[in-house]
Amino acid sequence: MVTLSCAELSTREINQELRALPDGSEVLITEPRGRHSLAVGLNNRIRITIDGNAGYYIGGLCDGPDVIVNGFVGWGVGENLMAGTIRVRGNASESAGASAHGGLIAIEGDASLRTGISLKGGTIVVAGNVGAMSGFMAQAGTMLVGGNAGEALGDSLYEAVIYVAGRVGALGSDARVEELTASDVLRVKELVEATGFDHIEPENVKRVASAKQLYNFDAVKAHSY
Amino acid sequence: MCGIIGLHLRDESLEDQLGHLAADMLEAMTDRGPDSSGIAIYDSEGQGRIKYSLRAPAVGFDWAALGDRLSAEVRQIGQDAVLVSADGSVDFLSALGAVAPDVTVVSWGEALEVFKDVGSPAEICDRYQIRFRSGYQAIGHTRMATESAVTTEHSHPFSPVADLCFVHNGSFSNYFSVRRDLEGEGVVFETDNDTEVGARLVALEMARGADLGDALAVLMKKMDGFYTLLVSTRDQFAVVRDPFSCKPAVVAETPQYVAMASEYRALAGLPGIDEADVFEPMPQEIHLWSR
Repeated sequence: MVTLSCAELSTREINQELRALPDGSEVLITEPRGRHSLAVGLNNRIRITIDGNAGYYIGGLCDGPDVIVNGFVGWGVGENLMAGTIRVRGNASESAGASAHGGLIAIEGDASLRTGISLKGGTIVVAGNVGAMSGFMAQAGTMLVGGNAGEALGDSLYEAVIYVAGRVGALGSDARVEELTASDVLRVKELVEATGFDHIEPENVKRVASAKQLYNFDAVKAHSY
Repeated sequence: MCGIIGLHLRDESLEDQLGHLAADMLEAMTDRGPDSSGIAIYDSEGQGRIKYSLRAPAVGFDWAALGDRLSAEVRQIGQDAVLVSADGSVDFLSALGAVAPDVTVVSWGEALEVFKDVGSPAEICDRYQIRFRSGYQAIGHTRMATESAVTTEHSHPFSPVADLCFVHNGSFSNYFSVRRDLEGEGVVFETDNDTEVGARLVALEMARGADLGDALAVLMKKMDGFYTLLVSTRDQFAVVRDPFSCKPAVVAETPQYVAMASEYRALAGLPGIDEADVFEPMPQEIHLWSR
């Protein structure tokens, strides 16, 4: 186990040390005290534990590692994640998983506003609630919310699908609740198993997806303005 | 981008450390706002008299002579000074304007002192000896200007009336129209800064009898744009965010204090932070704490 202390090393030094580690390494990052951009842009298959509350963009741009945060995180955890996993033991602030292309982001607490904004293929599972404007313009990928979703959920969705176990505050423009299919239940079951968030009942989630009414410009509608 | 910090103490035993804790918080927000910074300190040392935070018009200004002319106690801090007077603020400010029109009044009040300038938080805290200050409440701001010039006058906090202090991360978009309305009601502005409009709107509402929470509700109705605001009076400390909440805010609450900052980094060094209730104020919620 390699230990890197934020009290002794700069963010750049920590990320350079992480980048140099061989696949299979285990790393402990101590005293993060809200430090931003820890464990970003890594391609190696290593396991990183951040022991405390961390700042913005934790695990962002990564393509491989498994990151665990023993605390809460600031904005943009797993932003533009390509592959690998990120698990947050506490809450996540705004824009968790923004534009993530791949990988799995699991939040044990709540996630704030704009979770999964512009999601591009990644998977985000939140045990608790998500804030308003979550899934905004999400293009591909999956979100599963174990608690409630705030207002304007899935506004201007493209092909991403959002599952919500609790209440939906309000749907955003062009988002609709669709009938749950057998393959949806299977997908949710996989995610519950992968994350261990077993308070979520796969048969009892709502499927929110795009009504696709904003996909094409409606020439006739223009006359009504 | 700008940085905000605030510390509202509940436990008197921390009052001696207020300046030190607030300076650490402000310095942690340096990279959110490196061009200007400011800090407000509230303490009870005025003992009912009014304190005036004044800025010198030029290097070497003779504060002692001004204090003598105005029969005020003088506490010089670097080139600037705080004058303490038992006179009412209307009389004092008009006498000051008559004898020393070039002196800038940064703030006044029974509890409040405001220090701000172009420069990094470390420079400002050092120049105004913030680390040695005791008190019960502190509000700070680090500025990365977007809406108006980088000058001392345009930096935060804004304090348009006694003991009111207003800091802002974001930008108001309709501030010129709100300003026109306020000018129609006789409000006078000192700068073309968007935040000054918000501060004077809150001051006007409170002068008309609104409490701080009501005044902030009016602000949310009238002012458009992005904002996380921290607004304080002698005994209150309030946080609000706009409907989109594109500007961050984190609050930490313990039996000893309420602390607020743009980012958790600024709170991480506070005593007992690991046991604090740390949360993010949600859009359009008015969070208000009173002493």
